[in-house]
Amino acid sequence: MALKTVSSPLSPEIARSLRVGDQVRLSGRIVTARDEVHRYLASGGAPPVDLQGLVIYHCGPVAVQEKGIWRVTAAGPTTSMREEPYEARVIRSHHPGAIMGKGGMGENTLRALQSEGCAYLHLTGGAAAAVARSITRVEDVYLLEFGLPEAMWVLHVKDLPALVTMDSTGRSLHRDIERDSQENLQQILRRPFNSAEGT
Amino acid sequence: MFTEMMDETNLLSSITALMKKACTVLPDDVHRALSLAYAGERKDSIACETLGMILQSAALSAEAGLPVCQDTGVPLVFVRAGTVPDMSAVETAVRRSLKTLTEAGLLRHNCVDAVTGKNTGDNIGPHVPQIHFSPTDAAATVGVMFKGGGSENVSAQYSLPCPELDAGRDLDGVRKCILDAVFRAQGKGCAPGILGVCIGGDRASGFLIAKEMLFRRLDQRNDSPVLAGLEDTIVEQANSLGIGPMGLGGKTTLLGAKITAAGRHPACYYVTVSYSCWATRRAAVELDSDGRIAGWL
Repeated sequence: MALKTVSSPLSPEIARSLRVGDQVRLSGRIVTARDEVHRYLASGGAPPVDLQGLVIYHCGPVAVQEKGIWRVTAAGPTTSMREEPYEARVIRSHHPGAIMGKGGMGENTLRALQSEGCAYLHLTGGAAAAVARSITRVEDVYLLEFGLPEAMWVLHVKDLPALVTMDSTGRSLHRDIERDSQENLQQILRRPFNSAEGT
Repeated sequence: MFTEMMDETNLLSSITALMKKACTVLPDDVHRALSLAYAGERKDSIACETLGMILQSAALSAEAGLPVCQDTGVPLVFVRAGTVPDMSAVETAVRRSLKTLTEAGLLRHNCVDAVTGKNTGDNIGPHVPQIHFSPTDAAATVGVMFKGGGSENVSAQYSLPCPELDAGRDLDGVRKCILDAVFRAQGKGCAPGILGVCIGGDRASGFLIAKEMLFRRLDQRNDSPVLAGLEDTIVEQANSLGIGPMGLGGKTTLLGAKITAAGRHPACYYVTVSYSCWATRRAAVELDSDGRIAGWL
Protein backbone atom coordinates (compact mmCIF):
# COMPACT_ATOMS: atom_id res chain seq x y z
CA MET A 1 0.00 0.00 0.00
CA ALA A 2 1.33 3.37 -1.00
CA LEU A 3 0.62 6.59 0.89
CA LYS A 4 -0.20 9.41 -1.53
CA THR A 5 -0.86 13.08 -0.93
CA VAL A 6 -3.60 14.23 -3.29
CA SER A 7 -5.01 17.70 -3.95
CA SER A 8 -8.49 18.34 -5.29
CA PRO A 9 -9.05 19.28 -8.09
CA LEU A 10 -7.01 16.31 -9.36
CA SER A 11 -5.07 16.47 -12.60
CA PRO A 12 -6.09 13.76 -15.11
CA GLU A 13 -2.68 12.11 -14.63
CA ILE A 14 -3.02 11.87 -10.84
CA ALA A 15 -6.61 10.61 -11.09
CA ARG A 16 -5.56 7.89 -13.51
CA SER A 17 -2.52 6.90 -11.42
CA LEU A 18 -4.45 6.02 -8.25
CA ARG A 19 -4.59 2.28 -7.53
CA VAL A 20 -6.72 0.06 -5.30
CA GLY A 21 -4.99 -0.14 -1.92
CA ASP A 22 -3.41 3.33 -2.11
CA GLN A 23 -3.89 5.28 1.08
CA VAL A 24 -4.62 8.89 0.26
CA ARG A 25 -4.34 12.10 2.25
CA LEU A 26 -6.77 14.39 0.49
CA SER A 27 -6.61 18.19 0.62
CA GLY A 28 -8.33 20.92 -1.35
CA ARG A 29 -11.78 21.78 -2.66
CA ILE A 30 -14.48 19.10 -2.80
CA VAL A 31 -18.24 19.07 -3.38
CA THR A 32 -20.94 16.94 -1.78
CA ALA A 33 -23.63 15.29 -3.85
CA ARG A 34 -26.08 12.63 -2.86
CA ASP A 35 -29.40 11.36 -4.19
CA GLU A 36 -31.10 14.61 -5.22
CA VAL A 37 -28.02 16.26 -6.74
CA HIS A 38 -27.16 13.08 -8.64
CA ARG A 39 -30.64 12.82 -10.07
CA TYR A 40 -30.48 16.50 -10.98
CA LEU A 41 -27.08 16.22 -12.70
CA ALA A 42 -27.89 12.96 -14.47
CA SER A 43 -31.05 14.49 -15.92
CA GLY A 44 -29.01 17.31 -17.45
CA GLY A 45 -29.11 19.91 -14.67
CA ALA A 46 -26.23 22.39 -14.77
CA PRO A 47 -23.73 21.97 -11.91
CA PRO A 48 -23.50 25.14 -9.78
CA VAL A 49 -19.69 24.77 -9.81
CA ASP A 50 -17.39 23.31 -12.47
CA LEU A 51 -16.83 19.69 -11.42
CA GLN A 52 -13.78 19.06 -13.63
CA GLY A 53 -11.14 17.26 -11.54
CA LEU A 54 -13.02 17.79 -8.26
CA VAL A 55 -13.79 15.10 -5.73
CA ILE A 56 -17.54 14.40 -5.59
CA TYR A 57 -18.32 13.31 -2.04
CA HIS A 58 -21.40 11.24 -1.17
CA CYS A 59 -22.29 12.99 2.04
CA GLY A 60 -25.17 14.76 3.72
CA PRO A 61 -23.51 16.76 6.49
CA VAL A 62 -24.94 18.06 9.74
CA ALA A 63 -24.54 21.81 9.36
CA VAL A 64 -25.58 24.80 11.43
CA GLN A 65 -25.51 28.46 10.48
CA GLU A 66 -24.13 30.81 13.10
CA LYS A 67 -24.09 34.55 12.36
CA GLY A 68 -24.33 33.82 8.64
CA ILE A 69 -21.41 31.36 8.66
CA TRP A 70 -21.97 27.66 8.06
CA ARG A 71 -20.31 25.19 10.37
CA VAL A 72 -20.25 21.46 9.62
CA THR A 73 -20.33 19.35 12.78
CA ALA A 74 -20.51 15.88 11.25
CA ALA A 75 -19.73 14.82 7.71
CA GLY A 76 -19.15 11.10 7.23
CA PRO A 77 -19.90 9.34 3.93
CA THR A 78 -23.25 7.92 2.88
CA THR A 79 -23.83 4.66 0.97
CA SER A 80 -22.52 5.25 -2.56
CA MET A 81 -24.45 2.43 -4.18
CA ARG A 82 -27.64 4.53 -4.19
CA GLU A 83 -25.99 6.74 -6.82
CA GLU A 84 -25.16 3.80 -9.10
CA PRO A 85 -28.02 4.58 -11.55
CA TYR A 86 -26.62 8.11 -12.08
CA GLU A 87 -22.88 8.11 -11.43
CA ALA A 88 -21.59 6.87 -14.79
CA ARG A 89 -23.49 9.65 -16.56
CA VAL A 90 -22.23 12.25 -14.08
CA ILE A 91 -18.63 11.08 -14.55
CA ARG A 92 -18.86 11.10 -18.36
CA SER A 93 -20.54 14.54 -18.46
CA HIS A 94 -18.54 16.39 -15.81
CA HIS A 95 -15.17 14.58 -15.50
CA PRO A 96 -14.62 14.70 -11.74
CA GLY A 97 -11.20 13.59 -10.44
CA ALA A 98 -12.61 11.12 -7.96
CA ILE A 99 -15.81 9.85 -6.39
CA MET A 100 -15.72 9.51 -2.62
CA GLY A 101 -18.14 7.65 -0.35
CA LYS A 102 -18.61 4.35 1.38
CA GLY A 103 -19.49 0.80 0.43
CA GLY A 104 -18.27 0.99 -3.17
CA MET A 105 -20.17 1.12 -6.46
CA GLY A 106 -21.19 -1.20 -9.28
CA GLU A 107 -20.11 -2.18 -12.77
CA ASN A 108 -21.51 0.86 -14.59
CA THR A 109 -19.56 3.25 -12.41
CA LEU A 110 -16.45 1.06 -12.67
CA ARG A 111 -16.60 1.22 -16.47
CA ALA A 112 -16.94 5.01 -16.33
CA LEU A 113 -13.96 5.22 -13.97
CA GLN A 114 -11.98 3.24 -16.55
CA SER A 115 -13.01 5.19 -19.60
CA GLU A 116 -12.70 8.62 -17.97
CA GLY A 117 -9.62 7.96 -15.80
CA CYS A 118 -11.22 8.46 -12.41
CA ALA A 119 -10.96 6.73 -9.00
CA TYR A 120 -13.24 5.85 -6.10
CA LEU A 121 -12.11 6.85 -2.61
CA HIS A 122 -13.50 5.03 0.39
CA LEU A 123 -14.06 6.63 3.77
CA THR A 124 -15.05 4.91 7.00
CA GLY A 125 -18.80 5.15 7.39
CA GLY A 126 -19.90 6.87 10.57
CA ALA A 127 -16.50 8.44 11.20
CA ALA A 128 -18.31 11.73 11.13
CA ALA A 129 -16.30 13.67 13.68
CA ALA A 130 -12.97 12.62 12.18
CA VAL A 131 -14.04 13.82 8.72
CA ALA A 132 -15.53 17.04 10.13
CA ARG A 133 -12.18 17.76 11.77
CA SER A 134 -10.50 17.62 8.35
CA ILE A 135 -12.89 20.24 6.96
CA THR A 136 -11.14 23.60 7.14
CA ARG A 137 -13.80 25.74 5.49
CA VAL A 138 -17.33 25.72 4.11
CA GLU A 139 -16.96 27.75 0.91
CA ASP A 140 -20.61 27.80 -0.11
CA VAL A 141 -23.77 25.78 -0.45
CA TYR A 142 -25.91 25.38 -3.58
CA LEU A 143 -29.19 23.69 -4.44
CA LEU A 144 -30.52 24.26 -0.94
CA GLU A 145 -34.01 23.61 -2.29
CA PHE A 146 -33.18 19.90 -1.94
CA GLY A 147 -32.89 20.32 1.85
CA LEU A 148 -29.75 20.66 3.98
CA PRO A 149 -28.43 17.07 3.70
CA GLU A 150 -29.19 16.87 -0.04
CA ALA A 151 -27.76 20.26 -1.02
CA MET A 152 -24.40 20.66 -2.79
CA TRP A 153 -21.84 21.77 -0.23
CA VAL A 154 -18.48 23.13 -1.40
CA LEU A 155 -15.96 22.21 1.28
CA HIS A 156 -12.25 22.61 1.79
CA VAL A 157 -10.46 19.70 3.46
CA LYS A 158 -6.95 19.10 4.71
CA ASP A 159 -5.23 15.71 5.03
CA LEU A 160 -8.44 13.71 4.93
CA PRO A 161 -7.46 10.01 5.06
CA ALA A 162 -9.12 7.83 2.40
CA LEU A 163 -8.51 4.49 0.71
CA VAL A 164 -8.66 3.85 -3.04
CA THR A 165 -11.01 0.87 -3.49
CA MET A 166 -11.90 1.22 -7.22
CA ASP A 167 -9.55 2.45 -9.90
CA SER A 168 -9.17 3.32 -13.58
CA THR A 169 -7.66 -0.09 -14.38
CA GLY A 170 -11.05 -1.66 -13.66
CA ARG A 171 -10.17 -3.14 -10.29
CA SER A 172 -12.66 -3.04 -7.42
CA LEU A 173 -11.89 -4.22 -3.92
CA HIS A 174 -15.66 -4.35 -3.27
CA ARG A 175 -16.20 -6.78 -6.15
CA ASP A 176 -13.30 -8.95 -4.86
CA ILE A 177 -14.71 -9.06 -1.31
CA GLU A 178 -18.22 -9.83 -2.55
CA ARG A 179 -16.96 -12.72 -4.70
CA ASP A 180 -14.83 -14.18 -1.89
CA SER A 181 -17.54 -13.82 0.76
CA GLN A 182 -20.06 -15.43 -1.62
CA GLU A 183 -17.79 -18.51 -1.82
CA ASN A 184 -17.44 -18.55 1.97
CA LEU A 185 -21.20 -18.20 2.40
CA GLN A 186 -21.93 -21.19 0.17
CA GLN A 187 -19.60 -23.35 2.27
CA ILE A 188 -21.04 -22.11 5.57
CA LEU A 189 -24.65 -22.64 4.45
CA ARG A 190 -23.90 -26.28 3.71
CA ARG A 191 -22.47 -26.89 7.19
CA PRO A 192 -24.71 -29.02 9.38
CA PHE A 193 -26.34 -27.07 12.18
CA ASN A 194 -27.32 -28.51 15.52
CA SER A 195 -29.61 -26.22 17.47
CA ALA A 196 -28.42 -27.78 20.74
CA GLU A 197 -24.89 -26.48 20.09
CA GLY A 198 -23.68 -23.95 22.60
CA THR A 199 -26.25 -24.89 25.20
CA MET B 1 -52.74 20.77 39.54
CA PHE B 2 -52.98 17.03 40.01
CA THR B 3 -50.48 15.66 42.47
CA GLU B 4 -49.71 12.66 40.28
CA MET B 5 -48.84 14.87 37.33
CA MET B 6 -45.17 14.74 36.56
CA ASP B 7 -43.28 18.00 36.31
CA GLU B 8 -43.16 18.69 32.57
CA THR B 9 -40.03 20.82 32.76
CA ASN B 10 -38.16 17.96 34.42
CA LEU B 11 -39.53 15.49 31.90
CA LEU B 12 -38.43 17.68 28.98
CA SER B 13 -34.89 18.13 30.28
CA SER B 14 -34.62 14.40 31.04
CA ILE B 15 -35.68 13.40 27.53
CA THR B 16 -33.43 16.01 25.93
CA ALA B 17 -30.47 14.74 27.98
CA LEU B 18 -31.34 11.15 27.05
CA MET B 19 -31.48 11.96 23.33
CA LYS B 20 -28.32 14.04 23.44
CA LYS B 21 -26.37 11.22 25.04
CA ALA B 22 -27.81 8.67 22.63
CA CYS B 23 -26.67 10.58 19.56
CA THR B 24 -23.24 11.72 20.81
CA VAL B 25 -21.87 8.87 22.95
CA LEU B 26 -21.39 5.30 21.77
CA PRO B 27 -22.75 2.84 24.39
CA ASP B 28 -19.92 1.41 26.53
CA ASP B 29 -20.62 -2.21 25.54
CA VAL B 30 -20.45 -1.32 21.83
CA HIS B 31 -17.25 0.62 22.41
CA ARG B 32 -15.73 -2.35 24.24
CA ALA B 33 -16.69 -4.74 21.43
CA LEU B 34 -15.08 -2.42 18.86
CA SER B 35 -11.89 -2.20 20.94
CA LEU B 36 -11.72 -5.99 21.18
CA ALA B 37 -12.28 -6.28 17.42
CA TYR B 38 -9.51 -3.76 16.80
CA ALA B 39 -7.10 -5.83 18.89
CA GLY B 40 -8.15 -8.99 17.03
CA GLU B 41 -7.47 -7.77 13.49
CA ARG B 42 -4.07 -8.13 11.85
CA LYS B 43 -1.93 -5.09 12.56
CA ASP B 44 -1.67 -2.61 9.65
CA SER B 45 -4.49 -4.37 7.78
CA ILE B 46 -7.30 -2.31 6.24
CA ALA B 47 -9.64 -3.82 8.87
CA CYS B 48 -7.37 -2.69 11.69
CA GLU B 49 -7.00 0.81 10.22
CA THR B 50 -10.75 1.09 9.72
CA LEU B 51 -11.55 0.08 13.29
CA GLY B 52 -8.85 2.48 14.50
CA MET B 53 -10.54 5.30 12.58
CA ILE B 54 -13.91 4.31 14.06
CA LEU B 55 -12.59 4.39 17.63
CA GLN B 56 -10.80 7.68 17.03
CA SER B 57 -13.88 9.33 15.55
CA ALA B 58 -16.15 8.04 18.33
CA ALA B 59 -13.76 9.44 20.93
CA LEU B 60 -13.73 12.82 19.15
CA SER B 61 -17.52 13.06 19.06
CA ALA B 62 -17.95 12.02 22.68
CA GLU B 63 -15.34 14.57 23.78
CA ALA B 64 -16.79 17.42 21.76
CA GLY B 65 -20.45 16.49 22.31
CA LEU B 66 -20.92 16.04 18.55
CA PRO B 67 -23.00 13.45 16.71
CA VAL B 68 -21.35 10.02 16.49
CA CYS B 69 -22.44 9.86 12.84
CA GLN B 70 -23.69 12.56 10.47
CA ASP B 71 -26.62 10.29 9.75
CA THR B 72 -28.30 10.95 13.05
CA GLY B 73 -30.93 8.46 11.99
CA VAL B 74 -34.59 8.23 12.76
CA PRO B 75 -35.66 8.28 16.39
CA LEU B 76 -37.40 5.26 17.84
CA VAL B 77 -38.72 5.65 21.37
CA PHE B 78 -39.91 2.96 23.76
CA VAL B 79 -41.72 4.04 26.90
CA ARG B 80 -42.72 1.78 29.78
CA ALA B 81 -44.84 3.52 32.35
CA GLY B 82 -47.89 3.28 34.56
CA THR B 83 -50.10 6.34 34.78
CA VAL B 84 -47.15 8.72 35.34
CA PRO B 85 -45.86 10.19 33.12
CA ASP B 86 -48.89 10.18 30.87
CA MET B 87 -48.47 9.38 27.21
CA SER B 88 -49.25 12.84 25.86
CA ALA B 89 -46.71 14.46 28.20
CA VAL B 90 -44.02 12.08 26.93
CA GLU B 91 -44.98 12.68 23.32
CA THR B 92 -44.81 16.45 23.80
CA ALA B 93 -41.40 16.16 25.48
CA VAL B 94 -40.05 13.89 22.72
CA ARG B 95 -41.19 16.27 19.96
CA ARG B 96 -39.82 19.33 21.72
CA SER B 97 -36.50 17.60 22.39
CA LEU B 98 -36.17 16.61 18.74
CA LYS B 99 -36.76 20.20 17.63
CA THR B 100 -34.27 21.57 20.17
CA LEU B 101 -31.53 19.09 19.23
CA THR B 102 -32.13 19.67 15.52
CA GLU B 103 -31.76 23.44 15.98
CA ALA B 104 -28.57 22.84 17.96
CA GLY B 105 -27.03 20.94 15.04
CA LEU B 106 -26.98 17.62 16.88
CA LEU B 107 -29.63 16.00 14.71
CA ARG B 108 -29.60 16.23 10.93
CA HIS B 109 -32.80 17.12 9.06
CA ASN B 110 -33.88 13.52 8.53
CA CYS B 111 -37.59 13.69 7.83
CA VAL B 112 -38.68 14.09 4.22
CA ASP B 113 -42.30 14.38 3.10
CA ALA B 114 -42.73 11.15 1.13
CA VAL B 115 -45.07 12.77 -1.41
CA THR B 116 -43.62 16.23 -2.04
CA GLY B 117 -39.98 15.35 -1.32
CA LYS B 118 -39.63 18.42 0.91
CA ASN B 119 -37.60 18.09 4.08
CA THR B 120 -39.73 19.06 7.09
CA GLY B 121 -36.58 20.56 8.64
CA ASP B 122 -37.30 19.59 12.24
CA ASN B 123 -37.36 15.78 12.31
CA ILE B 124 -41.11 15.82 12.81
CA GLY B 125 -43.56 14.55 10.21
CA PRO B 126 -46.45 12.20 9.60
CA HIS B 127 -45.90 9.14 11.84
CA VAL B 128 -42.54 10.58 12.89
CA PRO B 129 -41.31 10.17 15.59
CA GLN B 130 -42.44 6.64 16.40
CA ILE B 131 -43.16 6.28 20.11
CA HIS B 132 -44.19 2.92 21.54
CA PHE B 133 -45.84 2.76 24.94
CA SER B 134 -46.30 -0.29 27.11
CA PRO B 135 -47.71 -0.48 30.61
CA THR B 136 -45.69 -1.45 33.66
CA ASP B 137 -46.13 -1.47 37.43
CA ALA B 138 -42.41 -0.85 37.86
CA ALA B 139 -40.62 2.49 37.57
CA ALA B 140 -41.08 4.39 34.31
CA THR B 141 -38.34 3.89 31.70
CA VAL B 142 -37.66 5.60 28.40
CA GLY B 143 -35.36 4.18 25.74
CA VAL B 144 -34.35 5.96 22.56
CA MET B 145 -32.52 4.70 19.51
CA PHE B 146 -31.32 6.73 16.52
CA LYS B 147 -31.06 4.29 13.65
CA GLY B 148 -29.24 5.29 10.48
CA GLY B 149 -30.68 4.94 6.98
CA GLY B 150 -27.85 2.84 5.54
CA SER B 151 -28.34 0.08 8.07
CA GLU B 152 -32.12 0.34 7.74
CA ASN B 153 -31.81 -0.18 3.99
CA VAL B 154 -29.99 -3.51 4.43
CA SER B 155 -32.42 -4.84 7.05
CA ALA B 156 -34.52 -7.69 5.69
CA GLN B 157 -37.49 -9.95 6.29
CA TYR B 158 -37.63 -13.54 5.03
CA SER B 159 -40.59 -15.87 4.74
CA LEU B 160 -39.81 -19.54 5.30
CA PRO B 161 -39.58 -21.87 3.52
CA CYS B 162 -37.15 -20.08 1.22
CA PRO B 163 -36.15 -22.39 -1.66
CA GLU B 164 -33.41 -20.00 -2.94
CA LEU B 165 -31.51 -20.53 0.30
CA ASP B 166 -32.63 -24.13 0.80
CA ALA B 167 -33.99 -22.82 4.10
CA GLY B 168 -36.80 -24.71 5.80
CA ARG B 169 -39.04 -23.89 8.75
CA ASP B 170 -36.54 -24.66 11.48
CA LEU B 171 -33.61 -23.01 13.22
CA ASP B 172 -31.22 -24.08 10.47
CA GLY B 173 -33.48 -22.24 8.02
CA VAL B 174 -33.38 -19.23 10.34
CA ARG B 175 -29.57 -19.41 10.40
CA LYS B 176 -29.43 -19.42 6.59
CA CYS B 177 -31.67 -16.36 6.31
CA ILE B 178 -29.65 -14.37 8.83
CA LEU B 179 -26.33 -15.20 7.15
CA ASP B 180 -27.81 -14.30 3.77
CA ALA B 181 -28.84 -10.90 5.14
CA VAL B 182 -25.31 -10.31 6.45
CA PHE B 183 -23.83 -11.32 3.08
CA ARG B 184 -26.18 -9.06 1.13
CA ALA B 185 -25.43 -6.13 3.43
CA GLN B 186 -21.67 -6.41 2.69
CA GLY B 187 -20.25 -3.09 3.97
CA LYS B 188 -23.33 -1.05 3.09
CA GLY B 189 -24.83 -1.17 6.58
CA CYS B 190 -21.52 0.08 8.08
CA ALA B 191 -20.07 -3.18 9.34
CA PRO B 192 -19.19 -4.44 11.88
CA GLY B 193 -22.90 -4.59 12.55
CA ILE B 194 -25.17 -5.70 15.34
CA LEU B 195 -28.24 -7.75 14.46
CA GLY B 196 -31.61 -7.65 16.14
CA VAL B 197 -33.58 -10.68 15.00
CA CYS B 198 -37.18 -11.75 15.49
CA ILE B 199 -38.21 -15.30 14.61
CA GLY B 200 -41.97 -15.45 14.04
CA GLY B 201 -44.42 -12.59 14.58
CA ASP B 202 -46.10 -10.88 11.65
CA ARG B 203 -44.85 -8.54 8.92
CA ALA B 204 -45.13 -5.50 11.23
CA SER B 205 -44.34 -6.89 14.67
CA GLY B 206 -41.29 -8.73 13.32
CA PHE B 207 -39.42 -5.53 12.55
CA LEU B 208 -40.48 -3.75 15.72
CA ILE B 209 -39.46 -6.65 17.97
CA ALA B 210 -36.20 -7.09 16.01
CA LYS B 211 -35.38 -3.42 16.57
CA GLU B 212 -36.20 -3.61 20.24
CA MET B 213 -33.63 -6.43 20.53
CA LEU B 214 -30.96 -3.88 19.60
CA PHE B 215 -31.43 -2.39 23.08
CA ARG B 216 -29.95 -5.54 24.61
CA ARG B 217 -26.39 -5.10 25.76
CA LEU B 218 -23.81 -7.04 23.79
CA ASP B 219 -22.51 -8.63 27.00
CA GLN B 220 -26.00 -9.75 28.04
CA ARG B 221 -26.44 -13.51 27.56
CA ASN B 222 -29.73 -14.67 26.02
CA ASP B 223 -31.97 -16.34 28.64
CA SER B 224 -32.87 -19.04 26.13
CA PRO B 225 -30.00 -21.54 25.78
CA VAL B 226 -31.15 -22.46 22.27
CA LEU B 227 -31.23 -18.84 21.09
CA ALA B 228 -27.93 -18.09 22.89
CA GLY B 229 -26.39 -20.98 20.92
CA LEU B 230 -27.85 -19.65 17.67
CA GLU B 231 -26.50 -16.17 18.43
CA ASP B 232 -23.00 -17.61 18.96
CA THR B 233 -23.20 -19.61 15.72
CA ILE B 234 -24.37 -16.57 13.73
CA VAL B 235 -21.58 -14.33 15.02
CA GLU B 236 -18.90 -16.96 14.47
CA GLN B 237 -20.06 -17.89 10.98
CA ALA B 238 -20.70 -14.29 9.88
CA ASN B 239 -17.21 -13.40 11.01
CA SER B 240 -15.76 -16.11 8.78
CA LEU B 241 -17.39 -14.61 5.66
CA GLY B 242 -14.45 -12.22 5.24
CA ILE B 243 -16.59 -9.12 4.73
CA GLY B 244 -14.94 -7.20 7.57
CA PRO B 245 -15.23 -3.61 8.82
CA MET B 246 -16.93 -1.43 6.18
CA GLY B 247 -16.89 -4.42 3.83
CA LEU B 248 -13.18 -4.02 3.07
CA GLY B 249 -12.23 -7.51 4.29
CA GLY B 250 -11.28 -8.80 7.73
CA LYS B 251 -12.39 -10.93 10.64
CA THR B 252 -14.99 -8.63 12.17
CA THR B 253 -18.27 -8.51 10.26
CA LEU B 254 -20.59 -8.64 13.28
CA LEU B 255 -20.16 -7.37 16.84
CA GLY B 256 -23.17 -9.31 18.03
CA ALA B 257 -26.55 -10.86 17.29
CA LYS B 258 -29.58 -10.60 19.55
CA ILE B 259 -32.34 -13.04 18.73
CA THR B 260 -35.82 -13.50 20.13
CA ALA B 261 -38.96 -15.35 19.11
CA ALA B 262 -42.60 -14.28 18.82
CA GLY B 263 -45.69 -16.39 18.32
CA ARG B 264 -46.57 -16.93 14.67
CA HIS B 265 -49.59 -17.81 12.59
CA PRO B 266 -49.39 -21.50 11.56
CA ALA B 267 -49.15 -20.41 7.91
CA CYS B 268 -46.45 -17.78 8.49
CA TYR B 269 -42.82 -18.20 9.47
CA TYR B 270 -40.94 -14.91 9.24
CA VAL B 271 -37.34 -14.22 10.05
CA THR B 272 -36.81 -10.49 10.48
CA VAL B 273 -33.31 -9.08 10.63
CA SER B 274 -32.81 -5.51 11.78
CA TYR B 275 -29.24 -4.58 10.91
CA SER B 276 -27.63 -1.89 13.01
CA CYS B 277 -24.34 -0.22 12.10
CA TRP B 278 -21.24 -0.15 14.31
CA ALA B 279 -22.52 3.26 15.40
CA THR B 280 -25.46 1.73 17.23
CA ARG B 281 -26.86 4.65 19.19
CA ARG B 282 -29.19 3.84 22.02
CA ALA B 283 -29.69 4.98 25.57
CA ALA B 284 -32.32 4.38 28.21
CA VAL B 285 -33.18 5.90 31.56
CA GLU B 286 -35.37 5.25 34.53
CA LEU B 287 -37.42 8.25 35.60
CA ASP B 288 -38.41 9.18 39.13
CA SER B 289 -41.92 10.36 39.93
CA ASP B 290 -40.84 13.99 39.33
CA GLY B 291 -39.66 13.26 35.78
CA ARG B 292 -35.99 13.45 36.73
CA ILE B 293 -33.49 10.85 35.57
CA ALA B 294 -33.23 8.33 38.43
CA GLY B 295 -30.58 6.31 36.64
CA TRP B 296 -29.12 5.32 33.26
CA LEU B 297 -29.95 1.78 32.19
